[in-house]
This record gives sequence, structure tokens and C-alpha cells, in this order.
Amino acid sequence: MALSPLNQRRWRNFRANRRAYWSLLLFSLIFGLSLFAELIANDKPLLVSFRGELKYPLTRFYSERDFGGDFQTAVSWRDAEVQCLIRTGGAELCLDDPTAALAEAEASGTVEGVKIEPGWMIWPLIPFSYNTISDLGEPAPSAPDNRHWLGTDNTARDVLARVIYGFRLSVAFALIVTLTTSVIGIAAGAVQGYFGGAIDLIFQRVIELWGSVPSLYIIIIVAAIWPMNFWLLVILMTVFGWTALVGVVRAEFLRARNFEYVRAARALGVPDRVIMFRHVLPNAMVATLTMLPFVITGTIAGLASLDFLGFGLPSSAPSLGELTLQAKQNLQAPWLAFTAFFTFAIMLSLLVFIFEGVRDAFDPRKTFR
Amino acid sequence: MADPTAKPLVEVRGLKMYFPITSGLLRRKVGDVKAVDDVSFSIMQGETLGLVGESGCGKSTCGRAVLRLYDPTAGSIRIDGTEIGTMSQRALRPLRPQMQMVFQDPQASLNARMTVAAIISEPLDEHAQMSRAEKLQRVYELMDAVGLNRQFANRYPHEFSGGQRQRIGIARALALNPKFIVCDEPIAALDVSIQAQVVNLLEDLQEKLGLTYLFISHDLSMVRHICDRVAVMYLGRIAEIAPRDALYANPQHPYTQALLSAVPEPDPVSESTRKRIILQGDVPSPANPPKGCNFCTRCPKVMPVCREIKPDLLEIAPGHFAACHLHTQTKTVTAGRTGGTGAIEHNQQGENA
Repeated sequence: MALSPLNQRRWRNFRANRRAYWSLLLFSLIFGLSLFAELIANDKPLLVSFRGELKYPLTRFYSERDFGGDFQTAVSWRDAEVQCLIRTGGAELCLDDPTAALAEAEASGTVEGVKIEPGWMIWPLIPFSYNTISDLGEPAPSAPDNRHWLGTDNTARDVLARVIYGFRLSVAFALIVTLTTSVIGIAAGAVQGYFGGAIDLIFQRVIELWGSVPSLYIIIIVAAIWPMNFWLLVILMTVFGWTALVGVVRAEFLRARNFEYVRAARALGVPDRVIMFRHVLPNAMVATLTMLPFVITGTIAGLASLDFLGFGLPSSAPSLGELTLQAKQNLQAPWLAFTAFFTFAIMLSLLVFIFEGVRDAFDPRKTFR
Repeated sequence: MADPTAKPLVEVRGLKMYFPITSGLLRRKVGDVKAVDDVSFSIMQGETLGLVGESGCGKSTCGRAVLRLYDPTAGSIRIDGTEIGTMSQRALRPLRPQMQMVFQDPQASLNARMTVAAIISEPLDEHAQMSRAEKLQRVYELMDAVGLNRQFANRYPHEFSGGQRQRIGIARALALNPKFIVCDEPIAALDVSIQAQVVNLLEDLQEKLGLTYLFISHDLSMVRHICDRVAVMYLGRIAEIAPRDALYANPQHPYTQALLSAVPEPDPVSESTRKRIILQGDVPSPANPPKGCNFCTRCPKVMPVCREIKPDLLEIAPGHFAACHLHTQTKTVTAGRTGGTGAIEHNQQGENA
């Protein structure tokens, strides 16, 4: 895709801002990695070799029977018995005494004197998922050690795994909500600004009324009726967040609708919606981009505070807000607070730096350097 | 070129364009800005009608209303026999190719984010069913027609001079083979050195394509150069409308006389003896025009009747119309009665406002 000269100049300006540029690289790296969180932190092995056959637990369902066990239920990969079955190619002894079976297999390559077909498993870097409850042998939350690098929370779940998934969830949530609120907000602002008059007047009053609705109460009420989930929360945040951009976009459209080239397009018989998209919207984008960082960081903070208050996602979901709440409730476990703080600080700082650079790059007064 | 028996391509009758003045919370209408107040004229096929007047007299509004960029308050506009004055914008769309506009400021009337090719082909995108290659071919033809190098097709407007930009604007207006073009001060924003180029281009195109122009300008010498007939507007009304030579040789309305007296003479001898008629005072607000003749507050030849009765546009010589009581006085009783009717109409308007 070829960039127009204007956009090329903007890209050059953005790259010239080193802090923003490196923040973008770093953030893309972290977010890109977190998109593959299942490969980094998971309680299933990535790849299993059993009796010379490759198995893919991430994408396929396997029951314990497939590995010589007794149950038709899903494999619990972290059990010593299951691990022993895979390593020994399904030796019976594993079900009774996995430790002894493994020791014999290690030593002689046989179990109970029978030669085995050795198997193996490749585990992700962090062998816990966000909802894996770990067998600690001590009261949770446990301090960081070489098994749980950032410790565990008060239900013995690995904090690092939760942070990775929680980061992905927060950023994805913020991006989706920002996208939907901007699309709705830009459309509403465009219609009001472009047509003006009575539409504008009525719409503005509607927005004033809408803006004075206490959204937190509505969310609490809705959460009491339906069990909260990701998409319901996206809808709720969109419903109350779309007004954020209406003001700027409306102002830009009010200004641009009397531009001579808009009038020219009208004289050519170009339909209104095409004029809005082709001629007016590009002008409104600069002002919109200035507002976007506030929307994104606001959405992340909004999700975190809802989770903190307990009105957000269900508590099994990997949520940074819930981590913060646990940190508050477990002051004797400072790793929770430090993790939550640094995750938020790094995530929000990177986003702010990036959008600061974007805003400067779009600033027409800085464009002509 | 214009055959006197030819049928008019554009006929405007009683065009009124009022912009409401609202006030208060409920936006109650408290008055009107009478930007164009009861204007009638017609333009023959292949003819150029000049529309002149000082700033704010409603020339541009008139031009835009004729193309239905505004929805006129009243009046009829016929283009090629089709009444478009009351048509909805949607119904009007298929007729748009017939009538186009060239704008005053070529900097502002071209979208700075689009390439020349995209700007010129925009009307084709909307109205013509053409393949990409055909469109590009048409764009090249148009660029040739207005004297732009084909290699500039992928450049942006800011890379061009003012005259070149205006050529882009003209090429865009020509894209759909219109019959009628409103030129809204197409040369006002250009250097004097470039103005002649653009005007000559417009003349050449008229000759080649048989175009009809409504040429809005405040530059009287340029209007004299390009127009076949000239209409002089003052405060939303037409003061005088006449064939070019008759108007410049023998202006009948005091306002036209004052306007023409301001044009410098190229000959220094006659320039030194030129008598300027300096008008006193300012143009009254179109929201509150004077009773009677619009020009009565500044007219050097004002009479008591001018402050009472609105003069009608009367034919004082073949094709030469003027709205002035100086001429109604010398007319027969019939003309006087027409003036009286005008007065009654005016009172009714006063009551409405």
C-alpha cells in the first residue's frame, strides 16, 4: 500500500520522535507476544509424542484413554500419572505408582521389566494458564520462586500467567471499545455537524441527557440481571462511551461543510454520504486522533476500576483490576501490588507515548518541518 | 453566435433567496436576510450573461441558487425547459451533469488531499458508468482541453500555481459535458497576469463546446470583455440588464452610471477628464432594505417617489431594462400603474416581515 505524501511525511515525523517510535516497537512486541499467550503460558503441553505419534493438545481434544488411562474425561496434563503415561508410552504401573515407574524408565528404559516406547512433552515457558490452580503445599498467595516467577495470587493461580492474559484482555478490550465508540461517535458527530440545524439541536440535547445517565449504576444493574462477560461489557462501555468523540467531530464537520470544495462536490451532484466520507472525514481525523489516546487509556482504566469494584468481568477472567483488588486485600504479599502497578504503569505509559507521537505527527503546524 | 430567436437555455423568474434570522431559545424567526429578492433573467443558448455588483449584493447567492446549491425561497428556475426551482435534491441529481460551477477560490475549491486525476474524475465517478481506463482517458482529454500537462495527473493541488488550479477546477466542471456553467468570480482570486489566460480559456471552450455561462464578477472590464449581456445587481435586486455595448455606452440606472464611472480609462487624456460619481454612505443591510427603491439611500438623483415606491424593471430600449423611477416618470400611464402595483406588493412584504 502506497502512502500519500502527506502520510509519508507524518510517518517520518513520527519516527523522528524517538520515544514514541521505540514505545510503538516495544508495545507492538509485547502485545504481539501476548496475542500468542496460549503458547507462552498454558497448562497444556504444546506438543506430545506418545508411542511415536505426535499429539497436539492445544488444538485437539484428548481423553485420558488415548494415553492408556482409565477415564474418558479430558486429560489433566499436569498430573504425575498422565506425565508418567506419556513418558513411558502408557505403562500400567503409572496409574498406581508413577514415581516408581518413572524412576525405572529413567534407569533402564523398562517398566516392570517390559521395554517401553519413550515419549516426551514440550511445555510452554510458563506451564500455567491464567486459571490453573497450582498445587502449592503452602498457603496462597505464595511469594515468587522459580516455579511461579511472580508468585501466586490468593487462589494459587500463577500471577505471571494472569498478567500476560490480563494485558492482552485489557488492550484488546480497549481497542475494541475504542473502535466501536469512535465509529459510532464519528458517525453521530458527522451527521450532526454536516446537516446542522434541527438535527444538530435535537441530537445535542439527547447527548446531554445521555451523558448525565450514571453509567456505573446501569452497569451494576445490568450485571445483576445477566452474568457479566467480555462482550456484554464491551456493549455497555460502548453505549456509554460513544459520546466522547461526538463533540470534536461535530465541530470539525460544522467547519468543513461550508468549505468551497464541499460546495463544489455538492454542485457536482455527489451524494451527501460520499461527501462526508471523501471530503470532510479526512479533515476531522486529526482532531479525532488527538482525542483517541484519552479514550483508550480511559477505557483501560474503566475496565480496571470495574474489576476492582467487582462489577467487571467474572473473577476467573484474567483481569488486572482484580489483581489490584487482591493486592489491596493481601498487603502481606507485596508482589501482587508491585506486579499490578508496574503492568499498568508500563502499559499506559507506552500507550501515552505512542499517541503523543501520533498526535504530534498529525499536527499540521509541525508537519511542514 | 447567439441567435436572437434562440430559445433561452436558462430562465429565472422571480427568484428569491431569503436566509432566516432566528433568535432566542426556540429559534423563532425574526426576519430575513433578503440576499436575492425577486430576480428574473434569462440566458440564451451559447450566451454569456455577466452578473456584476459590489460585494454583498447577492451575485454569488444568486448563482448558487440558480444551481440549487441553496433551496430558493421562491421563484422558478428553468434549465433547458425543466423546472428545477422546486425539485428535490434527489430528483435533481441526474440533472446535475447539465449544469456546473467554477468557483472563486481555486485553492479552496479543490480538496488538497486528492490528486488532480481524482479531482477531475470525481464527477465521472458519480454520474458516468465508465471503466477505470476510460475515466483516465477522459481525464487526460480534459487536461488537454484546459491546457494542463498530462504528466501532472498524479500531483496534488498545492503543487500548482493559482491559474493552473483554476484550470483544474474548469476541467472538473467540464467533465460531464455540461450545457450551462456558473462562473462564480473565477478570476477574482488570480493574478492580473493570469486572469486573461483563464478568461481566454473560458471563451475558447465556449466556442468549441457551445457552453452557456453565467459569469459573476465585480471586474467591469473583464465582464465587458467576455459577456454578451450584463446584469447589474444592487442589494439583491437587478438594477439594470442590457446588452453589453448598450450598457457600457449608455447606462440608464444611476447605480450603473456610478459603477461604470469607477472604471479607469486606458487613455490618459480621457482618464484625466473622467468624472467619477462618488456614492455616499454604505450599502444598507439586506436584512432591512429601505422602503421603495433599494438604491434610494445613496442615489445622487433621488426623488421623493423613490423612497415610497419600488421601481419595476422596465424595457427602455429593445433588450435594455432598468429599474428606476427616472424612466417610469417619462413612461405612459400604464407604466405608472405597474409601479403602483409594485408598491402594493412591497407593503405586503413589509407586513410579512
